[in-house]
Amino acid sequence: MKNLLSINDLSKADALEILDTAVELSRLSENTVRKFPTLRGRTVVNLFFEDSTRTRISFEAAAKRLSADVINFSAKGSSLSKGESLKDTALTLQAMGADAVIIRHSASGAAHQLARQEWMKGSVINAGDGTHEHPTQALLDAFTIRRRLRADSGDLTGLSVGIVGDVLHSRVARSNVLLLQKLGAEVILVAPPTLLPVGVDSWGAQVRYSLDDVLPLVDAVMMLRVQRERMEDLFFPTEREYSRNFGLNLERMNRLKNTAIVMHPGPMNRGLEISADSADSHQSVIVEQVANGVSVRMSVLYLLLGGATARDLNLSSAGGM
Amino acid sequence: MNLHVANAKNVKGLATELWIESGKIVSQPTNGVVYEDIDANGLTLVPGLVDLHTHLREPGREDAETVLSGSQAAVAGGYTAISAMPNTFPVADTAGVVEQVFRLGEHHNLCDVFPIGAVTVGQDGKHLAELAAMYQSEAKVRIFSDDGHCVADPLVMRRALEYVKTFDGIIAQHAQDPRLTESAQMNEGVISAKLGLKGWPAVAEEAIIARDVLLAEHVDSRLHICHLTTAGGVEIVRNAKKRGIKVTAEVTPHHLLLTDDVVESYDSVYKVNPPLRTLKDVHALREGLADGTIDIIATDHAPHPQEAKDCEWNAAAFGMLGLETAFSIGYLTMVKSGLISLETLIERMSTKPAEIAQYLYHGKIAVGTKANFALIDLKAEWKVDRVRLHSKSRNTPFHEMVLPGMVMKTFHNGALVFDRKAKL
Ligand SMILES: [Zn+2]
Repeated sequence: MKNLLSINDLSKADALEILDTAVELSRLSENTVRKFPTLRGRTVVNLFFEDSTRTRISFEAAAKRLSADVINFSAKGSSLSKGESLKDTALTLQAMGADAVIIRHSASGAAHQLARQEWMKGSVINAGDGTHEHPTQALLDAFTIRRRLRADSGDLTGLSVGIVGDVLHSRVARSNVLLLQKLGAEVILVAPPTLLPVGVDSWGAQVRYSLDDVLPLVDAVMMLRVQRERMEDLFFPTEREYSRNFGLNLERMNRLKNTAIVMHPGPMNRGLEISADSADSHQSVIVEQVANGVSVRMSVLYLLLGGATARDLNLSSAGGM
Repeated sequence: MNLHVANAKNVKGLATELWIESGKIVSQPTNGVVYEDIDANGLTLVPGLVDLHTHLREPGREDAETVLSGSQAAVAGGYTAISAMPNTFPVADTAGVVEQVFRLGEHHNLCDVFPIGAVTVGQDGKHLAELAAMYQSEAKVRIFSDDGHCVADPLVMRRALEYVKTFDGIIAQHAQDPRLTESAQMNEGVISAKLGLKGWPAVAEEAIIARDVLLAEHVDSRLHICHLTTAGGVEIVRNAKKRGIKVTAEVTPHHLLLTDDVVESYDSVYKVNPPLRTLKDVHALREGLADGTIDIIATDHAPHPQEAKDCEWNAAAFGMLGLETAFSIGYLTMVKSGLISLETLIERMSTKPAEIAQYLYHGKIAVGTKANFALIDLKAEWKVDRVRLHSKSRNTPFHEMVLPGMVMKTFHNGALVFDRKAKL
């Protein structure tokens, strides 16, 4: 595997290997190994055309713990934020000898284009492209579900996951639908029809319009961020009406199974798609998601750039300690 | 110059020859006149192709295409008449601009370049351009279009349809409801849902076609639908024709061949407006073209410089090259597939468009008319190489495809304007 552009780039075995390796890395991190020498001398570029401090910091921490040199390249607001510049940027990074580029961009497909043979020789990792995909977010979500509900092992067969909200514009939803199904889970999408793409019936997920009906059925519920601007484009009449029908609050939390977990990819609009008390409840794993993000991104970098497997990691780290 | 085209076959596959004097076709050789022999052994003689939808980019975007480079591309594709869309800088919305384009075509003298005038001033969709002035100009414009934009306001469309009746004009509509397609990127459906690209729904095209055939019926005017792309649109036009409404329609070569799943590559060479649709639509378009619901193939040849395509999908320009591959794509999708004969294909690519636009010296091979024709090697196959095309731009979606049917020579008013052998 050279690039991670879409969950479709991964087989089920690949995905499980990433999760297993992440488990191993998080375990070793707890055992006081702060840094692994794996990527010493390798250059990883964080190429962010769109603001996302949390994702950038997560990747940066992951790369540094693997001893890579990290260059942060924030192109937002500069002349580099549109048009032909993507090509020029790619050629520049290529000339700098970047071993991996982590790209975040507002245009769907930007990561694919960066990865075109003529432009980049190094690995490309998609850190969110427009309304297309965000594969490492899906991987960390799957990691979180597996840790909480499957004790870090096996796949997700038998679990049911609800994804609620603006599916139409959500790269998190697209990557999650692909990955969760690949790992054997059932996915239920819940949203007003305006926020579901035409063609969603080809995704293999159930589509429901009533959150209340779905909550008792799921083992995990993932609340998607709803952008307030969507109201102007007539996707829903008012924030209040959206929140009343599709927001998670304490009353709705009571409909969940006791074992079910509440997730959110962040940043949250507290009070819109999720109430503060739901986000902070004991069933919420939102903070864990952030922590797990670093382990999962370390794992992706490790497998993409190190060319190693989880077993190699066990052996080499055992020797190194 | 006088020519004798010998040993050719006609579109029916029968042996034929042609005698040409001073650019016109004559019935038989005249005693004492010397003719240069053109040996067309193995080649099929067809009337020069006629395109009703060409973007030449001059004036204003000469880096993408000029009247000269566009004409060169046209004759390399077997075309002897092309129709320049008005979305240039400035917009061709006055007699002055259409005459400029017309004269450039005459000056280069490779094929006839007939300007299409804008319907509204600056293609603003609000104020009618001086349509009669463009008709009365040297360019004698009869077709008007805001192509690139839809004439979305129903009242403006109605007035335009009515107004051009004085000189038997046509309004060629780019059918796209603007509100339903704001920042739309590709066909709305399974693939757009997967790729996270904003959808351009079929209904945005069909709603305008339905409205416009009703308007055309109401005011009894001539309407032409540009680049039809949807099965629903074909059905609406079919019904309109049954009701006797004066509507004609075109389909592009790329919509006859390609489907929206190619967009999965995010390669913006596939970004085009209206967008590539589904297999179901492709089949409906082919059937429509076969049964005459769709009258003609038009290229929507839309050159763009490299930098307009070498970028993110969202930022890339809409449009594909078409002139040099149109015949081959038509031959592949319609004749090789067994849907229509070569004769019918040529009717759809030459005779019928010339008739719709009233280009008198095109679309037929007949005694007394100007000798506009091409010689095609139907057996030859060729691999499209975007670098070797005559257009200034390289945005062909057919790069590296092997296509059947090769235009070998093109004659305009009896003069050899393209010879593939000479190019090699
Ligand atoms: Zn158009």
